[in-house]
Amino acid sequence: MKNGFLVFLASLIALGGSWCGFVLAPVLQLGGGKQTTILNSSGLYPVDRPGMANQGLQVYRANGCAACHTEQVQQSGVACDVVLTGAGKNPEVVTNLISSLKLNGLDKDLADALVDKITAAGGKAEIRIVATGPDIDRGWGRRHSVAEDFLYDDPVQLGNLRIGPDLADVGMRQPDANWQLVHLYAPQSEVKGSAMPPFRYLFRVKKIGSAPSPDALAFPKDFGPPAGYEVVPAPQAQELAVYLLSLHADVPLHNAPFSQSAAVFKP
Amino acid sequence: MSANETSGSGELSSFGGASSLSRSAVIPARRLVNSLVPPDNISPAEIDHSCCVPMLALFGGAAFWLVVCSVLGLVASIKFHAPDFLANCVWLTYGRLQPAADDALLYGFCLPAGLGVALWLLARLSQTTLRGIVVPIAAANLWHLGVFVGLAAILIGDGTGFAWLEFPRGGSVPIFFAYLMLALWATMIFAGRRERAMYPSQWFLLAALFWFPWIYSTANLFLVAWPVRGVAQAVIGWWFAGNLLVVWTGLIGLGAAFYFLPKFTGRPLQSHYLALFGFWTFILFATWCGIPPGAPVPVWMPTLSAVAAAWLLVPLLAIFLVVWQTVRGSIMPNWNNTSFCFIGAGVDSFLLSGLMLMAMACPQISRVTDFTWFGPAETQLRLYGFFAMTMFGAIYHLLPRVVGLEFPFPKLARAHFWLSLAGVALLVVPLAIGGVVQGLKWQNPNAIAFADTTKAMLPFLRVSTTGLLLMLLGNLLLFVNIMGLTLRWKLALLKQFTAFVKSPLAETSAGASLRDEKEAQA
Repeated sequence: MKNGFLVFLASLIALGGSWCGFVLAPVLQLGGGKQTTILNSSGLYPVDRPGMANQGLQVYRANGCAACHTEQVQQSGVACDVVLTGAGKNPEVVTNLISSLKLNGLDKDLADALVDKITAAGGKAEIRIVATGPDIDRGWGRRHSVAEDFLYDDPVQLGNLRIGPDLADVGMRQPDANWQLVHLYAPQSEVKGSAMPPFRYLFRVKKIGSAPSPDALAFPKDFGPPAGYEVVPAPQAQELAVYLLSLHADVPLHNAPFSQSAAVFKP
Repeated sequence: MSANETSGSGELSSFGGASSLSRSAVIPARRLVNSLVPPDNISPAEIDHSCCVPMLALFGGAAFWLVVCSVLGLVASIKFHAPDFLANCVWLTYGRLQPAADDALLYGFCLPAGLGVALWLLARLSQTTLRGIVVPIAAANLWHLGVFVGLAAILIGDGTGFAWLEFPRGGSVPIFFAYLMLALWATMIFAGRRERAMYPSQWFLLAALFWFPWIYSTANLFLVAWPVRGVAQAVIGWWFAGNLLVVWTGLIGLGAAFYFLPKFTGRPLQSHYLALFGFWTFILFATWCGIPPGAPVPVWMPTLSAVAAAWLLVPLLAIFLVVWQTVRGSIMPNWNNTSFCFIGAGVDSFLLSGLMLMAMACPQISRVTDFTWFGPAETQLRLYGFFAMTMFGAIYHLLPRVVGLEFPFPKLARAHFWLSLAGVALLVVPLAIGGVVQGLKWQNPNAIAFADTTKAMLPFLRVSTTGLLLMLLGNLLLFVNIMGLTLRWKLALLKQFTAFVKSPLAETSAGASLRDEKEAQA
């Protein structure tokens, strides 16, 4: 390699190639921003978050929540669960039959055979598709995160380190706004031994006036402010809580299927 | 500023002969062109001296940001053990401190230090002096201003939210243009080279000069200025971070190592062809790394990244062979050379972090290491263990030469080496081991609660906080030495100046040439 032009050419080829692969191609494939249809339904997914949640995303970004939390659930595969939906005429026979069988985490053929067996015994059974993997078992989501989940986020806050739990489905796990706010104000009050720093600067502690504020937080025992005082969330805290509640990727898609819960028969 | 003018007039005087030869066509434009054309027979000392002020400006600021990075990182790390520590201070919350510390290391230290070393290496290898130093000096100051604005913006909550790209416009625009100015000057040095055959270091450095403007402008345009939609943002973010943290630092760091190691050991690089092979394969494969295996993106992207990461073994082996055959048998004789130790430790860290990168891209392993502390351990090993240590070695070697004065406390360099080495080891080893332990515990969701896995990480984090403390001490030593050297240099300038004022009027060559020009015009 005798002159600089060759170095330039080599860099141009190498970097240009990866630019086409990981900048241009993703923009063409994913940047169009099309909604997708929900599995077994005509509904479209995702829908834009409410305006206040989008402001909450900016609070999430400004305070660097993604330094400790991911928003991406992973799964290792899918499995079939067999669910009894009716016992038919001989409930005792069916109950005895299923009590001796493994019903969860089966592959498709085994599940089909099992359903046939239960049907032959006079019961009714259905196959449910479930995602599997440690994240799913922790209750962090019903399925793995897919590109569609982030269509309306700007900036997309995937995160890459779990100092705290994953938040992709936190709105489904903890749908209570007061819980979210109290947890932000004093994390240890809701999660014992939590390593999360308190975000007291998003709240105001003030003397209770003639009437308590409607926004004041309801604390668990031993954690509230001194008597005569109340803790009121600043607008930023409220926006952040709305954003957290809007995090629920609980819709089955073609590339991430799972069965919605059926009416389970309990003998 | 006084320094600036002094070296400027020195340059003029050395060109007195040239401008008096072309007396007939003395116009300012011609004088500018002349000042950019190198004269014949330049000694290494002259080349070194021409780099003096830009190097002080780049390295002085870099050492300052390095201390800032250590302080921010240490405060952030203390928060693991005491979540309430400084919790009421809005701009010192963990989520702002940690990115600020990361960016202070990358943009505050790594980039300006790398650019400074690249400028000096290119000047030395091209056997030309650095001319028109006003531009690199202005660029260095603009760079540090950009870093200041960027870090302040992160701390007040104006960060962009993209890892390694947190600086908003107020910070990213100045550093982009400062980079362009420095890269342009470095390219001009190269274009004016007198030795036509290229040394391997020059390939690496030139490619790095070209790399950053492309990836930084792409990332800022697609993510900040006109953000693309959805998860394409994350893919571009990973592409950018991989190319900056792996490829750019690799090119500059290896370029420096391939210059210094043969110089210290007295053996030529073994061999140029193998180094060229390493260069080609490195830029070909490393530029595709970075999309994590479990990412919520179309499967072909992480698959492509994993394949590229597997092929990364080829350049790693080539680089290992080049370095090993060059330093073999010369390690003990060079043991007292602190620069050699720094660069040797740097190359070792490069190879080790490369292996960690390959492991994390392998789907079977990433199932355990994903989202654990293993990732930050790899990043810290690469940025601090490899790149910063290599730059320390280069700075301790070249700065006394370009300034023409010794460091005020040369023995502290050795202490800096041991503190950095121990600091990096105490930071990286526990985080890597802790990361694997953490990942294995996460595989067992029914038996181990998440909160318990977080608690089990605390002993590892405690050791890593100690590592950060040692690194802070080491970085302070570098800062003290560079500031002391700058002070010495200023005092020497002051002495020269007073001697000049006190001395009887004598005709300098610059004065003579000016007088000649006036006569010619008359």
